[in-house]
Amino acid sequence: MQLTVWTYEGPPHVGAMRIATAMKGVHFVLHAPQGDTYADLLFTMIERRGERPPVTFTTFQARDLGTDTAEIFKTAASDAFARFAPEVMLVGASCTAELIQDDPGGLARALNLPVPIIALELPSYQKKENWGASETFYQLVRTLATAPAQPKAKAASPSCNILGATALGFRHRDDVIEITKLLDQLGIDVNVAAPMGATVEDIRRLPEADFNVVLYPEIADSAARWLEKQYGQKAVHTIPMGFQATCDFIEEVAALAGVDPTSVLTQHGSRMPWWARSVDSNYLTGKRVFVFGDASHAIAAARVAKEEMGFEVVGLGCYNREFAREMRAAAANYGLEALITDDYLMVEQTIATLQPELVLGTQMERHIAKRLGVPCAVISAPVHVQDFPARYAPVMGFEGANVLFDTWVHPLVMGLEEHLLTMFRDDFEFNDAAGPSHLGSKGHAPSAQTRQSESETLISVAPAMAAQEPSDTLSGLIWSPEASKELSKIPFFVRGKAKRNTERYASEQGLEIISIEALYDAKSHFAR
Amino acid sequence: MSELAMLSAPQDELRPVLRERGQREVFCGLTGIVWLHRKIQDAFFLVVGSRTCAHLIQSAAGVMVFAEPRFATAIMEERDLAGLADANEELDRVVDRLLDRRPDIKLLFLVGSCPSEVIKLDLSRAAQRLSVKHSPKVRILNYSGSGIEATFTQGEDACLVAMLPEAPPSAPDGEASLLVVGTLPDIVEDQFNRLFEALGICPVQFFPPRQSSKMPSIGPNTKFLLAQPFLGETARSLIERGAHHLPALFPFGAEGTTHWLKAAADAWKIPEMQFRAVIAPGRERAKRALEAQKVHLAGKSIFFFPDSQLEPSLARFLAEELDMKLVEVGTPYLNRQLLSAELEHLPKDVTLSEGQDVDRQLDRCRAARPDLVVCGLGLANPLEMEGLSTKWSIELVFSPVHGFDCAGDLANLFARPLFRRSVLKV
Repeated sequence: MQLTVWTYEGPPHVGAMRIATAMKGVHFVLHAPQGDTYADLLFTMIERRGERPPVTFTTFQARDLGTDTAEIFKTAASDAFARFAPEVMLVGASCTAELIQDDPGGLARALNLPVPIIALELPSYQKKENWGASETFYQLVRTLATAPAQPKAKAASPSCNILGATALGFRHRDDVIEITKLLDQLGIDVNVAAPMGATVEDIRRLPEADFNVVLYPEIADSAARWLEKQYGQKAVHTIPMGFQATCDFIEEVAALAGVDPTSVLTQHGSRMPWWARSVDSNYLTGKRVFVFGDASHAIAAARVAKEEMGFEVVGLGCYNREFAREMRAAAANYGLEALITDDYLMVEQTIATLQPELVLGTQMERHIAKRLGVPCAVISAPVHVQDFPARYAPVMGFEGANVLFDTWVHPLVMGLEEHLLTMFRDDFEFNDAAGPSHLGSKGHAPSAQTRQSESETLISVAPAMAAQEPSDTLSGLIWSPEASKELSKIPFFVRGKAKRNTERYASEQGLEIISIEALYDAKSHFAR
Repeated sequence: MSELAMLSAPQDELRPVLRERGQREVFCGLTGIVWLHRKIQDAFFLVVGSRTCAHLIQSAAGVMVFAEPRFATAIMEERDLAGLADANEELDRVVDRLLDRRPDIKLLFLVGSCPSEVIKLDLSRAAQRLSVKHSPKVRILNYSGSGIEATFTQGEDACLVAMLPEAPPSAPDGEASLLVVGTLPDIVEDQFNRLFEALGICPVQFFPPRQSSKMPSIGPNTKFLLAQPFLGETARSLIERGAHHLPALFPFGAEGTTHWLKAAADAWKIPEMQFRAVIAPGRERAKRALEAQKVHLAGKSIFFFPDSQLEPSLARFLAEELDMKLVEVGTPYLNRQLLSAELEHLPKDVTLSEGQDVDRQLDRCRAARPDLVVCGLGLANPLEMEGLSTKWSIELVFSPVHGFDCAGDLANLFARPLFRRSVLKV
């Protein structure tokens, strides 16, 4: 048993629902008790879908157990077929139905429906949402994409499939549009984008493309591998998130398609590189960031953070173990050990210990960062209604790079404001407890109450780190009242780091009491 | 025992009820944890279930709960299914870790789920075992919120039944006391408390309490009012403890609240004149507030999908006090005894439905084209997309809606979608 406060991923059948909901002409009959219908609201509320997901739940009850749950499944499947007339039916069981072992696949086939039935094995007690989505997409492709492509006319332009976008994906909607535009500029046709927006017929046509673009390996890697093995379609593996990654992606795609990428690369029109180089962005240099999400987004975000924003990556990790190998390799590039866990409490502990100046994470990390008073931007699923903006906001391609710049800078205190706060900390209106001026009056955690007691006790010397009270001071160390007061004069966005560095220095030097001298000695010791 | 007999009497079949069997688009009983964990401030709810259970509570509530929640899930894994002995050991380990992390917890609920019920994991024995181990610091109880047993608000009913043995017996010859049963927002409790005090009814106890150490005492001198219509099993258990039920309309709207308070006033033999004088200001405020909302609601038709069991009471309020036209009133479960007063007040021509076949119910709803549909979050946006106005039913259990001073707010929950539709030009 695993003690879980919040979970990064739902069960595997929710992954299957994401595939069914993304597509057209597919219906999913899920053997499940009534409570499992909550999953509908993920799609209708978080993503604001105006249609119910194409899913029928059998909603068996306790009194049905041991008598006719199989019959209930058959009735639900035949009613769903009659009502929704799907071209393909997915059938499966959620965690509870898995225990009663009714064999939805066998029961559905016994109905002799005139459409393909795909029986999904979704081991709820071992696997999770991304795995379920990946498996479902793989089974759909395996079952439907059975006929090899007809030989193409010689004059035809090169073509590819874009694989992996689903319902409830982080910015999938806009990423696919952005990458389609990019491919179009390169003179490459998109044969099929799947699963999002794809029909059953589209899945059958997948083998017609020359190669595959795998935008979301968490969802489409296994299907792409099968297509490569079966039909020799190569896959593009670079995730075009960030300016450089987009350029790399273009090169990789152009090489596979045999087209010249030069004009697309030189006339990219992205503002991001200049925005990063312009002097206003100087203050971003060396900001310590913690990056966490699904492996693909986190790895890509870390590269952008270091090489395109000039941040320092102090922590990197993912919640999906399926991509642990890739994540470990990426973390090693930054001299880090990857944090691979789906234990929210462990992620929280790590962030509290590292005291980053910015967190790039999921909605979970947004909660953590809010509690710790650290700015945060969201880079990955699991998603929230805020991750489906009304405006066009891809995170991939050249426009995506612009979006990343804006989104990550927004929660931070801006350059000159940062200096002014450092110089005039006691201004009654303009002080760090008021938070960044562009984020309203409650931008950061400190409240009036913590400010009032600021000079009195150790507890309040780090009001911005509200959750890290004196217990977080390294053991055996005592801050002198003068030194704590001096520490409180350091703006909150660097105070955590100053405190940590000073304590590290003091303990290395064998000091027991931290004086003002020690504070400034540490500052010069760690000067960068 | 006559009251107990009444509660278990066969249901009268005077009013036809449409009973359907199909997909039930409703939450399971675990969802009640979302408000119960905020109400009882030293209690923690540990669901023993699957990743689905954890995901459900998080999705139903997660975005609303920014503080560290007082609930968690012990997610069962493959090896827990292999042997129950191991599952029990694992559960003990998880509880130890949890209580270690949260020393402020005084009451821990082990909450059963669909999978724990199906594998017959005996949580009552686990609770006993763990109670011995962690006594006297923490009391450990159990109930089932499983969706194969309980629909949405029935989870609270099960939780309250599990808590009742913790309530001490009252002295047999003690003074009469009033017990208000069902989770109410703190502000509503305070509003009712002031009214009871002015009426001269005391002592008044609320159940569930805000602190597990403040359990009400219960005995033959206890008279209880139900604040929520979904507490049938809790009512039955209270009656078994000798308490007396005061049947009434539920306290929604000016009339419902008056009727509900009157039931208590009569039991305390408060003179009619005094009763009227005490409630007059609140009742007038409620009526004024309702007048303002009536502009948007009078004459409009409304269709209820089943959700919380509040539906018949709310329908009565909307029909009687706001002149709305009831098309269909769906409820997951119709408790005819507890709702007998409500059913008498409902118009005779309304379709009452119990249980659900969501696809067929949607067909009926589309055919009727009501002005307002009350439904769950899974259905609301799809119906809006089809041009129907909707009210999310979950808001009705998450908002202060009881009593005189919330009557206008309750009406406003229904009026707002209609008003909004009239304002928007896009």
